[in-house]
Amino acid sequence: MASVLVMMSGGVDSSVAAALLVEQGHDVTGVTLKLWGGESDSGCCSVADVEDARRVAAQLGIAHYVFNFSDDFARAVVDPYVTGYANGTTPNPCVACNREMKWGRLLRRAHDLGYEYVATGHHARVVPTPDGPRVARGVDFGKDQSYVLATVDPAAWARTLLPIGTMTKAEVRAHASRLGLRTATKAESMDVCFITRGGRDAFLRARVGAAPGRVVDTDGSLLGEHSGVASFTIGQRRGLDVAVGERRYVVDVDASSSTITIGDRDALLRTEILLCDTVFPGGAPTGELTVQTRAHGATARGRLRGDTVELAEPTPRVAPGQVVALYDADVVVGAGYAV
Amino acid sequence: MAYLDHAASTPMRPEAVAAMLPFLSEIPANPSGSHSASRAAKSALEDARERVAANLGCAPAEIVFTGGGSESDNLAVKGAAWAARDRGDADGVVVSGIEHKAVLAAADRLERDGMRVARVPATTGGVVDLDALAAALDDRTAVVSVMLVNNEVGTIQPLADVADLVRERAPHAVLHTDAVQAPQWLDVAGAGAPASLVALSGHKFGGPKGVGVLVVRAGTRLVPLVEGGGHEWGTRAGTQNVAGVAAFAAALETTVRQRPDELPRIRTLRDRLERALLDGIPDAVVNGDPAQRVAGLLHVAIPGLEAEALLVALDCADVCAASGSACSSGAVDPSHVLVAMGLERERALSSVRFSLGWASTDADVDHAVAVVPDVVARLRSNRFVA
Repeated sequence: MASVLVMMSGGVDSSVAAALLVEQGHDVTGVTLKLWGGESDSGCCSVADVEDARRVAAQLGIAHYVFNFSDDFARAVVDPYVTGYANGTTPNPCVACNREMKWGRLLRRAHDLGYEYVATGHHARVVPTPDGPRVARGVDFGKDQSYVLATVDPAAWARTLLPIGTMTKAEVRAHASRLGLRTATKAESMDVCFITRGGRDAFLRARVGAAPGRVVDTDGSLLGEHSGVASFTIGQRRGLDVAVGERRYVVDVDASSSTITIGDRDALLRTEILLCDTVFPGGAPTGELTVQTRAHGATARGRLRGDTVELAEPTPRVAPGQVVALYDADVVVGAGYAV
Repeated sequence: MAYLDHAASTPMRPEAVAAMLPFLSEIPANPSGSHSASRAAKSALEDARERVAANLGCAPAEIVFTGGGSESDNLAVKGAAWAARDRGDADGVVVSGIEHKAVLAAADRLERDGMRVARVPATTGGVVDLDALAAALDDRTAVVSVMLVNNEVGTIQPLADVADLVRERAPHAVLHTDAVQAPQWLDVAGAGAPASLVALSGHKFGGPKGVGVLVVRAGTRLVPLVEGGGHEWGTRAGTQNVAGVAAFAAALETTVRQRPDELPRIRTLRDRLERALLDGIPDAVVNGDPAQRVAGLLHVAIPGLEAEALLVALDCADVCAASGSACSSGAVDPSHVLVAMGLERERALSSVRFSLGWASTDADVDHAVAVVPDVVARLRSNRFVA
């Protein structure tokens, strides 16, 4: 039996995570993070979600607190997100939140308060390796969230429990139903929690000044105009307001000259990804790796040489700022940000 | 367990519970009816009104029963502002920055609706800045709201001086005071006398939650928030909460009667707690001018500790305390009161309120004295080193 501080978002996954920990006999306390109090106080920290978490905690007979981390969240997650888009990169705020908030400030506070572990309802597993505990894919491959945990300080995994990583989503919902948890049939949150009404473009437009610029072809010829680089990301096809015959993709975003370059699919293909700010839990991995460049979707094969991932096949370019997670089988053995 | 959060809510006094019970069973009727059952309820309602009026130094016709302190504050601030706007003689609202959120949010609403709002800062000791107040008043000011006792740091506000300034500089203004925190510590009949509107809440002095009073002195015009059947002199519609009102009256009577005994007893307890905490946590600092503070409040900054974490650790050690103003989600925001007092954000986020009341005992303070310095020391020594 251990003392565990479980993060409860008010969704079904973390509700079941808390329930499982209680069933396993741990000394469990629930906490909901208030991260965002912007004009749309919804997403992961709306009053209704906090109330769901509180009611589930009450049903489980555990104490529940709300921690207000909104100041740090704005500084460490939202500001870099906005700045990143303004600079023509494509940041993943969930990755930043996991590293800076959940396994950053919350883990430190849990330690201060004497908790042995933190826990969440992520679909991922903590597995033992010769180098210590590491994070690995959840068994429900379609729901796997190990990618957004890939840049967390690896030392955190020795102090982390991920109780639902061995379950499928269907099993999670079934368990919630069996326990009569009010979150059993709750819809999943799919989007960035602090962006609701209006979507990403409106959110960014309100925070990034208009910086109109040129849309050019790969040979440099002018195709049209755009209202700001923050609306574009590498590989994007929709929203290109230029009339061209075949399918075109954003192949480059240059914030300094406010230029968007578009081209055909071949112009997007790369055989290397240069990484920065890398994290290698057990030293730089040497063998063949599975390379994942977005939260969900296809993976590639590759090897690491220095800070460069050499891909086995040409692969569509990864937007600068995106996380590249490297796996040996199901275990995260490295991560970095595409340059 | 040491319950040290009386400023948030007090346990009900036995006299209030007893006063409530008949109206939950034997006397069920609506006080507005014409039959004998209604007459019994009406009689109880008016009896309670007379007893409340007697203890507040006003006429029964000046008592308006409401659904609580926040409603009383909203009715006072919005009602008086709307009445002035209807008359056309004033359009300004002046509030102290350390008011309860019920007053500040009402002022915010009026501002969005086109009225002028001035928010007056406080001194670092937690008392409204009278020079700044004077500068904010003018002959178009409709409402001035300055509380009698601050709910976070417990400082008593100079209401008589405020009233003098209002009379001199804002002849059309109505003075409202939020006296929600006052009855346990002050004679509201005297201390609240300079104000035309006085808000009270039952559960802050041993009465029930969800019952409040607004004293509306004769001649003060208010536009109601809730309209309907003309209850409460047409100022607050809705069938009266007879059980709650009876309990409110009993709690107020008991509070006033027992104040001479309870006040020194609670002050002794608070002083013992304060001494023990300041001795046991040498860098702790008291917020709010001790010379202006009511007997039950102890608000301390503990440098380097996050209040949010300390409250969890105290809860685990069976000490119920509070910090800042809890928002609807239960998260702790930096206290707007400490910010209005000009204290640094860091200090605001490391401050905790211990509040004692009629139900506080020696055992409560014994427990707190035994565990609080220890909890603080453990939190500090556990500091995570990355």
